[in-house]
Parts: sequence; structure tokens; C-alpha cells
Amino acid sequence: MIDWLALTVALPLLGAVFAVVLPTRARGIGMAAALLTTAMALSVSVQVVQGITLRSDLGGWGAPLGIGLQADGLSAALLVMANLVALGISAYALDYFDAGSRRHFWPLWLLLWTALNGLFLAVDLFNIYVTLELLGISAAALGALTGRREAVAANLRYLLVGLLGSMTYLLGVALAYTGLGTLDLGLAAQALTPGPLAWTIFALMLGGLLLKTALFPLHFWLPPAHAQAPAPVSAALSALVVKAAFYLILRLWLDLFGPVAGPAAGTLLGMLGAGGVVWGSWRAFRAERLKLLAAYSTVAQVGYLFMFFPLMAAAAIPRRQELFGALVLLALTHGFAKAGLFLSAGLLQKTAGHDRIAELGPATQSLPAVAFAIGFAGVALIGLPPSGTFVAKWVLLSESFASGQWWWAPVVLAGTLLAAAYVFRLLANAFGPGLQPGAAGGGDQSQCLVPIGRAVQAPALLMTLIAVVLLGLGAEPLWTLLQEPPP
Amino acid sequence: MIPDNLLPAAIVLTSLVPGLLIFVLGERRHVLRTVLNMTGALAKLALVGLLIQGVYEGRDFESRLTLAPGLDLVLNADALSVLFVTLSTVLWLVTTVYAIGYLEHSPHRSRFFGFFSLCVSATVGLALAGNLLTFVIFYEALTLATYPLVAHRGTPDAAQGARVYLGYTLGGGVLLLTGAIWLQSLAGPVVFTQGGMLSALAGEYDTQLVLIFFLLIAGLGVKAALVPLHGWLPQAMVAPAPVSALLHAVAVVKAGAFGIVRVVYDVYGVVLAESLGLLAALAVLASITIVYGSVRALSQDGLKKRLAYSTVSQVSYIALGASIFGPVATIGGVVHLVHQGIMKITLFFCAGNYAETLGVHRVSEMDGVGRRMPWTTLALTVGTLGMIGVPPVAGFVSKWYLGLGAVEAGSDWVLLILVTSSLLNAAYFFPILFRAWFKEAPARWPKERIAAGRLETAAALLWPPVITALLALAAGLFAAAPASPLEWAELIAQREYGL
Repeated sequence: MIDWLALTVALPLLGAVFAVVLPTRARGIGMAAALLTTAMALSVSVQVVQGITLRSDLGGWGAPLGIGLQADGLSAALLVMANLVALGISAYALDYFDAGSRRHFWPLWLLLWTALNGLFLAVDLFNIYVTLELLGISAAALGALTGRREAVAANLRYLLVGLLGSMTYLLGVALAYTGLGTLDLGLAAQALTPGPLAWTIFALMLGGLLLKTALFPLHFWLPPAHAQAPAPVSAALSALVVKAAFYLILRLWLDLFGPVAGPAAGTLLGMLGAGGVVWGSWRAFRAERLKLLAAYSTVAQVGYLFMFFPLMAAAAIPRRQELFGALVLLALTHGFAKAGLFLSAGLLQKTAGHDRIAELGPATQSLPAVAFAIGFAGVALIGLPPSGTFVAKWVLLSESFASGQWWWAPVVLAGTLLAAAYVFRLLANAFGPGLQPGAAGGGDQSQCLVPIGRAVQAPALLMTLIAVVLLGLGAEPLWTLLQEPPP
Repeated sequence: MIPDNLLPAAIVLTSLVPGLLIFVLGERRHVLRTVLNMTGALAKLALVGLLIQGVYEGRDFESRLTLAPGLDLVLNADALSVLFVTLSTVLWLVTTVYAIGYLEHSPHRSRFFGFFSLCVSATVGLALAGNLLTFVIFYEALTLATYPLVAHRGTPDAAQGARVYLGYTLGGGVLLLTGAIWLQSLAGPVVFTQGGMLSALAGEYDTQLVLIFFLLIAGLGVKAALVPLHGWLPQAMVAPAPVSALLHAVAVVKAGAFGIVRVVYDVYGVVLAESLGLLAALAVLASITIVYGSVRALSQDGLKKRLAYSTVSQVSYIALGASIFGPVATIGGVVHLVHQGIMKITLFFCAGNYAETLGVHRVSEMDGVGRRMPWTTLALTVGTLGMIGVPPVAGFVSKWYLGLGAVEAGSDWVLLILVTSSLLNAAYFFPILFRAWFKEAPARWPKERIAAGRLETAAALLWPPVITALLALAAGLFAAAPASPLEWAELIAQREYGL
């Protein structure tokens, strides 16, 4: 029997090894690994959808000793999103880097992918730490790939903050091991009882992960790191890496800390989330550079995710499931939309030679497919219909009215309007008098635009279309997938 | 031929699919684009014919898609939606012909026609929306689809107009969304129901219902250009003429007015709205808008600007009809939904023709234009007379029923509003007609682009206003005929009041 779960993690790792050994073939190896890994992740998810419980204990060692992998609805949903986005980023990256950077990009990128898949499938607190560490290191290395001073500085800070986060988490793990005698999620959950020990473990693990997921006000490291990285890397950082830490918070909150995490903790997270929505959106609105705008918008979108927590903590089971589905839908939609936005930003930057929003008019008009991708991504970031964000926000708002916690609503609405303001700053660039060669103004500028091929525009457009159409109109099965209460 | 549960969706798709295909079409694929446009428009017309027949036979049409547990996208057809869908479909066909003629040589045609089709899809979608969620979705989609049309020209003016438009409509969208979600949290899924669906909540939640009503009306009032939320409309005039025509007659402004009718009759129910005192408030708001728009129109020299303020005023007749308690006023308001559409689109076509043919943009430049362009000016004359309310043009029928309904409901003051407004209409329209027909033409037109041949202008520009002017005449002359807009409006009123 094929061990699908192990292959999902092992294939990109294998690819990374080969890419190091054969640097001249890195591109081909990387793309082959990308395709195979995605196929594997999809088949895992299909099996989960069919109701097959997947669990694999590597080397035949079961819990509590061995390395266990397991897939449920939540991990399947994120696995699909992460692998499709990663595949899109891989296709985009084929021609993005010059020969020198390419050799470094592919091994690191596949390593990051390994960490991601491992993280989504891990069921053991220590293995989670390992994947988290691997993720942080490979992400920071990728971010500094260009070697420019600002990029290196930003990503060094990113690395240190990441280390601080994972170390804090590790402290929590160590405490859990001494206190509970196990690292397996299921066994630990059974052993954990509310009390000072549980509270300390909870605070340490959560604190570390909040830093990594960039919840306001712990977001300070994110904008420079995401804005300075090469576009495909920014896309991965914003869409996937941040989301991985968020996934862990959600996982631990649901599976481990259910009895410990009270409404007060939920409200605290919600308030920080609300702060992130307002602050992130405002800074995005004020940003002068496209990639910085996209990075601050991530801070805001992460904020929305945390605004679900106080409502989920207060809701009874059927409403709780609705909220949970909407929360996952929001995370998935943001993954696709933000990746698409960063890839589009990269194309504009390449063609115009800069990413100053005010001067991107000619570049935007010369690349209609990119303009559309930005438009779709914008629809998803604002939360306009028919995007998945709209459905998620609708559920969030109706629950906040229904539960009497109506004060979350003005924050969501203000964030929505601010998002509209920053997105349409970008889209206004798509309309101009037209690029007539020889005409004054537009003509001169269009001369210095670097031409961009059609194929490289496809991943961004496809990903944003998924965010807007597929996740907006066809997301209902997600609730069924997540229905089964996590063990 | 088409299963009943797919027909409403198919009606939306007949413009959505061509629109999406047009986006990927090369700029120079002129013929293919025209074929796609016309096929979509004609197919939609045929499907709407099937729908009318089916609704007449009493069949149920419903397309349903579940978005999330408890959130359904529902398209279905009742008498009111059929009325609006038919209007949109017929006028879209005419406007498409006009737009093809108008934008013959301008850049970005693929983009233009793509969004143009999306705009109509959104309008038809909100006409067929079976619940408030679906309405909100298409209402927002309409905002998105029209933004590129307003910004189309790419000039600083256009950018400014589009920005203002977006600010108003997205702001309104947020209010509507808040109201809709708040209402849903009280009442469960808000399904449009003849006679209203909130009577069970009355008494216990009166304050909240009143607040929600004003949130919804404020959200809808932005698009319906209710004073003081009308500021975007004159600025959006920078859009090309076919867009203004569609925006004012069918799509945006009318979507707001249609939404108000829906909320009053099919969400709150006219009886509940009356008992909560909401109708009186709406009537005052509508009356202020009617007079204000007309007064502002008086002083506009730009022809399109004058028409824009006239729209502000005229669309509120619909809200006024909805806000007077009694079936006769309802008939007046609902039928004006159609009548105003046909008449106003005629006027914008004419304005576009003067601009495109002669470079005439201002009222003060229109001296003697009637002799140079008699057919266009004749259409303009029919349209303006209708707006003023001169029989036998359609506008007379609307005003007659509104006045009668007001008297019946004991709101005699509304008559005063109607008379004042009609006098003001005359005051800002008659000078145009006088200049056009009786003044001496200048030696040279500002910018004559299309020379007078056998026709006074390009055929694709000439026929649409002539046809819509004839429709406006016919709607008035044959108002009593079966299947006329008036008769549909009577049917709707009967059902809403449960007669």
C-alpha cells in the first residue's frame, strides 16, 4: 500500500536533495517535484473527502514514540490550498530568477514546501516544532535571495523573530512533555486539565505562534520582510507561511486547548484581530509601494481571522460549525488572493522597473491579464461578492449580530471600506487614455516597459479566479468536509 | 426546452458568458464581438419571452445554489421581477446596437463591451433575486461592473467621476449589507414574499425594524440618487453616452429604485411599513428629491448634466409611488419604473447623437439642431414631453396614477409636488425644444464628425432613439392593452395588496 501521507512530505524533500546535487537541472527537478507533490496532496485530500481516515506512523513506531502523520478535514482543506498555490508559484518562478538565484531558489523552495506539508499533517507537538523551524529558516533564506542589503536586513530580522517565536513554542512543548508525559496531540489533549500548568503551556505555545502569524501588534516584522522578498517568495510568505502558523493556532485551540481557552482568551484575540484589521488596512491605504500595500493587507486579513475566535468561543455547536467553516474559507480565499496579488505585483515591478503605485499606470495598462488578476484579488480582499471572503464576512457579521457581540461589525465594515480604498487606488491605474505609440505622455513611458510573456501571467489570474469564483460560489462542500469534529 | 429550474440562471448567463468571452477577444475582432453581443442580447430576449409566458401560466421558476449552510443564492421570477427583467433585456438590446455605433473607433472596446455585458448580467440578476442575500450580491456586482465603464475614458475627469461614484456606491453597499445582515439575524433568511415577511416580528422589534429600514433605504438610496445621496450621479456623466443611458434608465439608478420597491412591498410589506410610519418618511424623502432635482436641472447648461438632475427627480417618482399607501399609487410607481426607463434612455441616446454627430454638448449650442437632425430631435421631443407628463406619452400615465393614488390615500399634498415638478420639468425642457426647433442654426457646428447623408447620422445611432421614443409613445397610447407595462403594474399591485 502506498503511504500517501509520507509521500506528500517526502517528495518535495527528495526534490530538494536532487536540486542541490544537480544544480544545472534544478528547474526541471523542481517543477517535477512540484507537480508530483501537488498530485499527492490532492489525492490525500480526495481520500479525506471520501471519509477515509488517513494516519501513518513512520517506521512502524506508533504514538507516543514515532513520527505520526494524520489528515483530517481541516488539514486537507489547507493542504489543497497550500499545494495549489505552491504549484502556481513554482510555475511562475520558472522564468522569474536568473541562473544564479535559480540554483538557490529551488532547493530552498522545496524545503519550505516539505515543511508546509509536514506541518499540516503532523500530530505531534515536537514534530510540529521541527516543521515550524524548518519553515522559518527556509522562508527567511528565500526572502534574502536577492542579496540586496534591505532584503537581507529585513529577513535577518524575520529570521530572529521567527526563532524567538518557535523557541517560545518549544518552551511550551517542553513544559507539556514534562507535565503531561506525551507529545502526541490526542494523548496530550486527554491529559490536559485546566490549571496553572495548562495555562502556562497555552500562553507559551500561543504566544510563539501569534508572533509567527503576525497578529497585531506582533506584526512589525512582516511588512518589510514580505515587501523586500522576490515576488514569488513574497507570495509564499504571505499566502502560506503566515497561514501555517495560523493553522497551528486553530488546530491547538480546537484539539488541545478546548477546555483551557475560555471566552476571555477569545475576546483578547478578537480585539487584537480588530486592531490588525484597522491598522493594517490603514497602513495599506497609506502605502506608496505596491508590495508594501500587499504586505500590510496581510496584517489586516490575519486580523479578520482572529475576529472569529470570540464568536466561536461563545457559539453553540451548529453556529460554531458555521463559523469554523467560514473561518477556514476566509483563510483559503486569502491564500489564493494574496498569492495572486503578489505575483501580479512582481510582474508589474518587472515590466515597469519599480513598484511605486502612483506611477504604475502604463505598466498596468500594458498587462490587461495582470490588471484583471489585481481586480479579482482586490474583490477577494475587500470581501465583495462573489468571493469567498464575502460569504465568510457575511457569516461573521450575522453571528456578531445574532450573538449580541455587535461591536465587531463596525470594525469589519470599516476594514472593508478601507480595503476598497486601497484596492481601487491600484485599479484606477488600469484606466488611462490608452497607450498609443507616439502619443505624448503614455507613448514615452510605454517605450521603456519590459515585455512580459502570457504564460507567466496565467498563475496569478487562475489563483485569483479560484478565490473569487470557485471559493465564492462553490464553497459549500467545505462545511461538509469540516463537519466531522476533530478528534 | 430549458428546465424550469435553470431558466432564471440561463437568463443571467446569456449576457455573462458573452461578456467573459469578449474580454479575451482581441481588440480588432470587431465582427465576432458584435456577433457575440447580439447573440447574447437576442437569446436573452427569447428566454425572457419564455419566462413571461411561464409566469403568466403560473409556473414556478427557481434556480438555487447553496453558498454556505443557510445561505442560498436564489433566482426566481415573480410579476415584479418579470417587469424589470423585460425592461432591462429590451433596453439592453437597443443600447448594444447604439453602443456598437457609438464606440466604433474608440480604444478598449473589448474591455468596454465586456463590462457592459457584466453590468446587464448584474442588473438582471438583481431583478430575479429571490432573497435579500442574492439581491445584495448582484447589487454589489453591479457597482463593480459599472466602475470600469465610468472610468472608461481614462481622463482625469473620468478618474475623478469614477472615484466619487465608487465612494458613494460602496458606502451605500456597506449600509445595505449591514441592514441585510441585521435583518437576517432577526428574521432568518429574508425571502422576498408578496405582502411582506416581517409581520411576525412587528410589536416586539419595532425600533430595530425602523432602524434596519433606514439602513436599507440609505444603501439603496445611494444608487436611486435620493437627496442627499445623489452627489455621484452628475459626476458620473463623464461616462460615454451609452453608459449614461444604461446607468440612468436601467442599471444603476433603477436598481436602487427597484430595491426600494422590493424592500417596501416584499420584505416589510406595505401594511407593516405603513403602520411603522416608514411610508410617510419615505414619501417626504422622495418629494424633496423630486423638487430638488428639478430645481437643479433648471440651471444646468450641459445637456447631459441637465438630464442627470432630471433623473434624480424622475426616479424618485418610483419611491414616491411605493411610499403612498394604496394600490393605485403603487401602480403609478411601479409602472414608472418602466416608463422612466424608456423615456430617459431616449433622451440620453439623443444627447449622445448631438455630441457624436455635431459636437453639441450644451443646451446653449442647440440652436436650430432640429433642422439638421429632425429624427433625433423628434425622439427628444417625445421623450421630454413624456417626462413633463403630456399625454399621450407614457409619463402621463405614471403621473396620473400617482396623483389619483395620492388623493385616494388622502395625501393631497403630493398633488402639489406633482404639479410643481411638472411645471419645473416644463421649465427646463421647453427651452431645449424651443432652441432646437425654432432658433436659427449657427453657420458651423462645434465639431461636426458625421456628415449629413441620406440619414442625419449613423444608422446605428439613429434607430435606437427612434425605437425607444416609439416605445414610450406606445406605452402611453396602448396603456390599457393586455400585457402593457400598466397592466403588469396592476397585476403586481393586486398581488401586493392581496386583492
